[in-house]
Parts: sequence; structure tokens; C-alpha cells
Amino acid sequence: MECAVDAQSLISISLRKIHNSRTQRGGIKLHKNLLVSYVLRNARQVYMNEKYAEIYRMQQYEEVMTVCNEIQELNPLDLAEDCEEQNGECCGNGGVSEPASLCCALLPVSHLAAGQSAHIQAPSACSAPHSLQSDEICKETEPSFYRSCCAEAYPVSNCDFSPVNNNLHCNKTTVLDLDTHVVTTVENGYLHQDCCASLQQCCQSAQSPAKKRKVDFEYYISDIEEVSDFTPCKRAKFEDCSYANSEHLDTSNISNLISIFGSGFSGLVSRQSDFEQALNGQFCSKQALASLGAWTRAIVAF
Amino acid sequence: MAGAASGNDFQWCFSQVKGAIDEDVAEADIISTVEFNNSGELLATGDKGGRVVIFQHEEECKHRLQLRGEYNVYSTFQSHEPEFDYLKSLEIEEKINKIRWLPQQNSAHFLLSTNDKTIKLWKISERDKRAEGYNLKDENGRLRDPFRITSLRVPVLMPMDLMVEASPRRVFANAHTYHINSISVNSDHETYLSADDLRINLWHLEITDRSFNIVDIKPANMEELTEVITAAECHPNQCNVFVYSSSKGTIRLCDMRAAALCDRHTKFFEEPDDPSSRSFFSEIISSISDVKFSHSGRYMMTRDYLSVKMWDLNMENRPVETYQVHEYLRGKLCTLYENDCIFDKFECCWNGSDSAIMTGSYNNFFRMFERNTRKDITLEASRESSKPRATLKPRKVSTGGKRKKDEISVDSLDFNKKILHTAWHPKENVIAVAATNNLYIFQDKVN
Repeated sequence: MECAVDAQSLISISLRKIHNSRTQRGGIKLHKNLLVSYVLRNARQVYMNEKYAEIYRMQQYEEVMTVCNEIQELNPLDLAEDCEEQNGECCGNGGVSEPASLCCALLPVSHLAAGQSAHIQAPSACSAPHSLQSDEICKETEPSFYRSCCAEAYPVSNCDFSPVNNNLHCNKTTVLDLDTHVVTTVENGYLHQDCCASLQQCCQSAQSPAKKRKVDFEYYISDIEEVSDFTPCKRAKFEDCSYANSEHLDTSNISNLISIFGSGFSGLVSRQSDFEQALNGQFCSKQALASLGAWTRAIVAF
Repeated sequence: MAGAASGNDFQWCFSQVKGAIDEDVAEADIISTVEFNNSGELLATGDKGGRVVIFQHEEECKHRLQLRGEYNVYSTFQSHEPEFDYLKSLEIEEKINKIRWLPQQNSAHFLLSTNDKTIKLWKISERDKRAEGYNLKDENGRLRDPFRITSLRVPVLMPMDLMVEASPRRVFANAHTYHINSISVNSDHETYLSADDLRINLWHLEITDRSFNIVDIKPANMEELTEVITAAECHPNQCNVFVYSSSKGTIRLCDMRAAALCDRHTKFFEEPDDPSSRSFFSEIISSISDVKFSHSGRYMMTRDYLSVKMWDLNMENRPVETYQVHEYLRGKLCTLYENDCIFDKFECCWNGSDSAIMTGSYNNFFRMFERNTRKDITLEASRESSKPRATLKPRKVSTGGKRKKDEISVDSLDFNKKILHTAWHPKENVIAVAATNNLYIFQDKVN
């Protein structure tokens, strides 16, 4: 299986082909464009799998840090011990050489004991149980909520929805939108915090303030929409949630592109402005991921 | 050895090459279809410029050593012109996609030629006499002054130089929204079918203003489109049966007696995918580019990007034979996708006795497979090996690390030199191979 980097270049190439086909003599060739859309779908799947694998790894990392932070909040004096214990429990069999440093490295500098290394390690697999545990609380209370924004296939629940409510941590957050590839820096965790705060309330209480969360989700998504609007290639964020709920994810991926063609390819003609702005191969791939996407994703990147 | 499977190896030798030698190839001269007529006497080619050139086999041999005659130009005419669809603002290419000969019923020859949208029936006839001695016209064709005519005479037929005329007898237009990829004459000699990406129509040869739609795979919502029709053919002797292939690598056999609209197939031929060989391009390379019935009607052959598959009409779940044409390209699919070669539509053909098949490849190579002996051979259509009656040397592509002498490595293959169209004489071992703008004719060395 080819890696995600190849997938991205394939997406660029495919988009260029589709764009060029519009100016070819004899009109748009339905057969060729259908085949190109299959390549696009395949490349996108690989690309998304890679990205989500990354997210999952980062989420593991995030969860470990969260646990440490929580421990810190409960009893700052027991910071180092608990952290080590925590890591020791979860990382005992993981073969991580310096478990203490993983957690401690993520803590604000002021809490670090002198002399401890601050290098960041990739989260080990053994931290998974903890992350899942903390997630499941939130997941179960609002399964439909998660499904509406996550693809069924993917195990991640989105780091940003995990209870990271830490002013110290959220000083400055960099958000990478997977669909539009736009990087936004959010001050004081403003965007992030609201969302997480409501989730944490959910986790703490047995009730599920569905309405509130939905509002937050929409707020969150509307922010992402604003972000994507900054990109020159405006693409209608069409039916993201409904597609995610659709049983036929595969055909919906193709169909999103096929819908561009429409009958007699009138659809392709109407989106002329989008494509003309997306002549740059790199840009094309970003737009492709946005336009092909049924979802909008954002991850918190350190 | 006229078609009989004697078990001897074929020994192909060069016979003729038609077309310009220029390195600079004009796009309009690129041959887009090659077809022998039912007797093999005539060989038609169509090109991207919308022209049809017909070659005729001449029996008289000038050279003693030449055991078979040559093919010489018989007729040339402009079949299709570029058109413009004003409603959709689309240009319609004049490229001839397919030529199919009708069975000969009198001294004239008839063929169907099609571009993306319009099918035409052409009559090719000879004229070797003309009437002289008209009463009302003089020798130059000018009208005579009636008052000057004092006597009557009977016009007499006088011999003249042979003139071959091609005239369009029927134009079958406005029946296809999408690009026509196939036409096929039915064995009843009255009807024929034409197929585009989503529909197949049945025509009567005499009626141009209407056709019957017999297959329609267009989904109600175009967003749900997952496959298109790539080729269609009528059964050689059952006039109610036809097949069509799809971009998903499947073939459907339909019986027109079952229903007016043959959306529901009678038989469905599909080979299960091998999940271990899945790649980004799995869908592209499984798309079928050509489907041909054997002359017997018992088998059909399909061509996808890397292989040729033989199907027994009585077995739907897998082909009976699979021949790898250029498996060494599997590792280069990404490059071939970038340069668009992966979308090339190779055709395939049977020999007269159904014992051998032929298909094209890159670097002007073409491949032949003998079904009985399972032998295969790779030959090249090149000017270098085009000495009169020179035997073609088998070629080999080296796939391993070590390249033997006379072998060519995969990276040295010229992907611009592709052989998409080949034809095999229906009765003799004479083959026509179209290499870009040149037509090569090879024949088997008769011992």
C-alpha cells in the first residue's frame, strides 16, 4: 500500500486531469473521468487513513498528558509520583524507556522538577486503555453526536473533544483543518476551550446536555466554515453530516465528485471558478480533500 | 494453413507498410480503427481526421516469390467532419471510432462508420463504364440547344478507367447523448447495435429516424453512477443475443427475446477480484476495453489493461483462459497514470479458426497467443524490420534485473508507440497492425 504522500500527489494529478478534461476536444469523457474519480477515492482513503492514524497517535499522547494534568489539578504536590505511577501502570509493559518524562514533559515548565528531560515521546500503545476510558464516558452519552461528526470507521473521537480543559495548556493552539489544510492559530484556546468545557461538564455529570453540545458543535463547525471561507476556493460544505451518516460512504465519495459532472456535465461547468483557482497542484489537493470530504476535521497540532 | 490449427508455429514476415515515414506525425493521420471485411478482400482503416481508407487485395503477383497478393488503396473518402453542438457548446470529434463491414449482397460493398455521435452507412461501388452519346447533352455534359437536335441516337456504354465511389447512403444521427464506443452488425443482416457510455440502441439498417433503446444503465441520479458501458457486440449467429462489457470488468449477456429493455441480463460474467493485488489503480486496470465473440460463438474474449481473458459462454464465474499481455507494467501503473497511458483502450482479435488471438502493447509490440499450445510471441512493427518478406524476430521484455542480449528493459519502452488496433484476416494468416499513423501488413510464411 502506497503511503499518504503518494496519495496526495495522486489527488493533485487526478484533479488536474479532471480540470484538463473540460477543455479537451470532443467534450468530457465520462468513462475516463469516472476512472479518475475512483483513483481519487482510493487516494483519499489512504490519505485519510494515514491522517487518522496520526490523529490517533496524537490522541494517545494527548490523553496521557490529560491524565497527568488531572492528577496535577487534584494534588499538585503528588505530581511527580502520580505521574510516574500512572505512566508506570500504563507504560509498564510498553517498553517505554523513560515513562516519567513523557508525562512530565507535557506539563507546564513551572511544574517540572529540575533536571527532568523534556523530550516528547510518541505515546505508546499501552496508554490506549486510559484514553479510551476517558473517551467512552463522553462517547456513550452522545453517540449520535460523535457519529454525526466522525466517520464510523475511525476510532478517534477527536482530541479537541477530549477533556482538555487547561488554561495552562491552551495558551496558544494551532489548528490544522484536514479538509482545507488551513492552519489557524487560536489564542488562549478560545475556540477550543468552549467546546471542551461543555464536554467536561458532560463527563462530570450524568446528564447529557445535548442541546448545549450541539450548539457548541455547530459553533465549532461554523468557525471552521469561516476558516475555510478564507481559502479562495470556496466550496459548498455540502451534506457533511448526512453523508457521514450515509451507509454508502464509498459511493458518496465518488458521487460528490460525480455531482460535479451532473447530467451533461453542467455541474462541472458551473464550478468553473473553483477549479480555475485551483490550478496549482498543491492547492488542488487541498481543495480536493475539502470537496471530496463529507466531513470537516480539525486536529490540535502542537 | 488457411486458418487451420496445424500446431506449427506461425512465422510472420513483413509484407507491406502504409503511411508516411515522417517522424512528425499529424494527429489527423493517427489510425483509430482497422477492419477486414467478411471475405478478407478489403481492409478498411479509419483515422482521427475522419477519413476512411480502403485497401483491396490484388491477386495478381508481380513477383514470383510473393505467394500472396498485396493490399493497395481502393478508395479514400472523408466519412465524418468535425461538428459543433451548439446546445451544449461541445465540439464533436471527427475521429472514426469504429468501422464494421456489412455482409456483401451484391457487387457493391457497404460499411458502417461511426464517430462519437453519428453513424453512417457507406456504399462503395465500382464504376468502369459510362454512357456516351446522349441526345440532350454533348460530350462535355453541356446541354445542347434543342433546336439543333435533328436526329435521335441510343446512348452506348463505353469502358472507362475504374472509378471507386463511396457515397453515404444512410446517416443515423441524434440517438446518443454520450460517446459512441461500439457498433456491431447483427447476424440477421438487417439490424445493428450502437453503444455509448450508458445506452445501447438497436437500429434497422433501412430506418434512420428512429432506433430502439435496448440497454440503459443511466442511474436516476447521476451521482450514483458507478460504471459505464465500454464495448458491445452482437452474437455471430444468434441474432437475439448480444453482450456488453463495463468499466468494472464485468460482461453482461442479454437476450432480446426476454424483454424490450434488456437492463436485466441473462448472464453475468465476472471474475472475483484478488484482494491482495489491490492498488490505487485497480478499477482502471480492470476496465474492459474490448469484447469479441469467437467465430464459433461459443467463446468470447475480453481485453483489460494488462490481460486478455477467454470466457466460455456457459461459465459465468470465471474465465477459462487468461493471458498476460504485459504484466511487467503492473509496477509502473503510477507513471502510466500520470502520462495517461493507463487509459489506452487496446483491442483484441481472433484468427479465422479461433485457435489464436492477437492484441497490441507498447513500443510497437504486439502479442499473439496460441490457445492450443499456450505458446505466445511478441513481435514488433517497426520500419527497421520492414524488409520485404523478412521474418519477424520475436521480441522479449526483460523483467528481472539482468537483461539478456536482444532484450529490452521495461524502462526503455516507448509508451508513445502503442498498438491499439489490430485485425486478423478471416480466412488466411494475414494480419493488419496499426502503429500510430502506419499500417503494417504481415503474413505467415507459407512453406
